[in-house]
Amino acid sequence: MQSDATTPVAAAPAVPPAPAGRTLPDGQALLSVRGVKKVYHTDGGDIEAVRNLTFDLARGELACLVGPSGSGKTTLLKVIAGLLGATEGQVTLDGQKITGPPKKMAVVFQEYGRSLFPWLRVADNVELPLKNAGVPKAERKARVNEALEAVGLDAVPRSYPWQLSGGMQQRVAIARAVAYQPEVLLMDEPFAAVDAQTRADLEDLVRRLWKDLGMTVLFVTHDIDESIYLGGRVIVLSSSPTVVQEDLVIDLPDERDQLETRSLPRFTELRHHVYEQIQLAKRGHRPDGAP
Amino acid sequence: MKTLKSAGYLILLPVLLVALWWVGTSGEPNFFVPTPAQLVDTFGPTWFEGRIATDVLPSIGRLVAGVLLAIVLGIVVGLLVGLNRTLRALTEPVFEFFRALPPPVLIPVLMLLIGVNDSMKVAVIVSGAIWPVLLNTIEGVRSIDPVQNETSRSYGISGFARIRYQVLPSATPIIMAGVRQCLSIGLILMVISEMFASSSGLGFTIVQFQRSFAIPEMWSGIIVLGLIGVVMSFIFQWAEARVLRWYHGLKEVENAV
Ligand SMILES: Nc1ncnc2c1ncn2[C@@H]1O[C@H](COP(=O)(O)OP(=O)(O)OP(=O)(O)O)[C@@H](O)[C@H]1O
Ligand SMILES: [Mg+2]
Repeated sequence: MQSDATTPVAAAPAVPPAPAGRTLPDGQALLSVRGVKKVYHTDGGDIEAVRNLTFDLARGELACLVGPSGSGKTTLLKVIAGLLGATEGQVTLDGQKITGPPKKMAVVFQEYGRSLFPWLRVADNVELPLKNAGVPKAERKARVNEALEAVGLDAVPRSYPWQLSGGMQQRVAIARAVAYQPEVLLMDEPFAAVDAQTRADLEDLVRRLWKDLGMTVLFVTHDIDESIYLGGRVIVLSSSPTVVQEDLVIDLPDERDQLETRSLPRFTELRHHVYEQIQLAKRGHRPDGAP
Repeated sequence: MKTLKSAGYLILLPVLLVALWWVGTSGEPNFFVPTPAQLVDTFGPTWFEGRIATDVLPSIGRLVAGVLLAIVLGIVVGLLVGLNRTLRALTEPVFEFFRALPPPVLIPVLMLLIGVNDSMKVAVIVSGAIWPVLLNTIEGVRSIDPVQNETSRSYGISGFARIRYQVLPSATPIIMAGVRQCLSIGLILMVISEMFASSSGLGFTIVQFQRSFAIPEMWSGIIVLGLIGVVMSFIFQWAEARVLRWYHGLKEVENAV
């Protein structure tokens, strides 16, 4: 459960190291989360959303983040995205400490409907970040078309987002992120509001885009099956005050298929395991040495 | 057929009102209320023989200048204040104070400061008509959706680009509601500004007619004012429908759910 690669705290050998996700030797991680703590200061008092999170993402990895509701998944994502400052600890991207939203990163928000601009048509929504980044017009158009095609929305570029169904809006938000060609893509429960069939399609879409574009993806979900199906790794967060409860390698074949992969015995095993972990987390179980 | 029908709706009530007026004045003549026929007879000679150029057009010119200035200033200052928390806290009480002042009381002050001229009249219009635009812009900027803000931030859309692509469009529905009020206040102030120490303009002319007991002429002036208001309102509706097409569509979808 604990990572072998965490450097033990030299000062206090008797105390076991805080539970942490998998970390990589210096210089090998693309994204590195170190001892991140986030406390919201509100009028009603302080809320500790995240206590101590440590893990690394290698370049090109697709990892899923699961945890009970309110365990601080969105908070963590916003800290990684540079939208919120960490109270303690830090996040580095390519060795650079994140202090604001990095250029190479795109976020698909949990509230995707509200994150699209209703006054812009679909294609303009996708194009805006590129326009702002100064991408030349011809290339911009090409990238927008390509992204819309990839998510299967090339038929509605002139529609407004609010004319589309929830699942289609979600795909617009994904297309916008993909057209931006980020190195790191953060997705926050992006499929929470879509029906099962659309969800399955979008999962395969994310996997395909991830492979084709070589992005590093951190995907928050509360759907256990989804977390196992999607990527190569599942990071389970404990309940609040949040630490990493488990960092699990998904050793399923790389070729995923909605029917076949999900009916593998190993898939069932993994699902049982993650399910148990989340139940534990919900009951307030703390991993050994959790602060 | 459809346009015919909507045109019918448009003129039905005015026709009824004129008929009522006609019936009401057909009895024994009232010196203060002319009949429709009298009014039509006086309308042409009163306005089309020079007054359009000497009074109506200058008035409209000042109105347009004042209203445009109020809109532009209101939006620019509103953006600056709305985007800055400190500035907002600092200016709020002051704005409330100035807004509470009835603009006509500023006329003597502006007369002293600027003198009796076109600029003074435009300044009167601006000083009263700017508030709904200014305060609505501040409100529109303040109530911006935090998810939209985070979207802009995460895609590096900041500064002027953010104002242009996110802040202004999202505040437009509220700003337009302010602009609508701005137009009617502007029209009122145009008239009032011309009633003080003035020698031309619609407001001046109407007061002149009233003082010289040229009653049908006075009424015809009121009709001209009303017509200006109607035209302004049509222009506004046309512009609003274009600018806020997305918003009306969005509302329609939301209400349908
Ligand atoms: N802006 C904020 N101000 C104060 N407290 C906040 C804020 N955002 C989140 N919190 C609190 O922080 C904790 C973690 O919230 P967060 O949204 O990160 O959880 P989550 O894991 O994303 O939950 P969910 O699965 O429901 O989306 C919650 O207790 C929440 O009430
Ligand atoms: Mg969340």
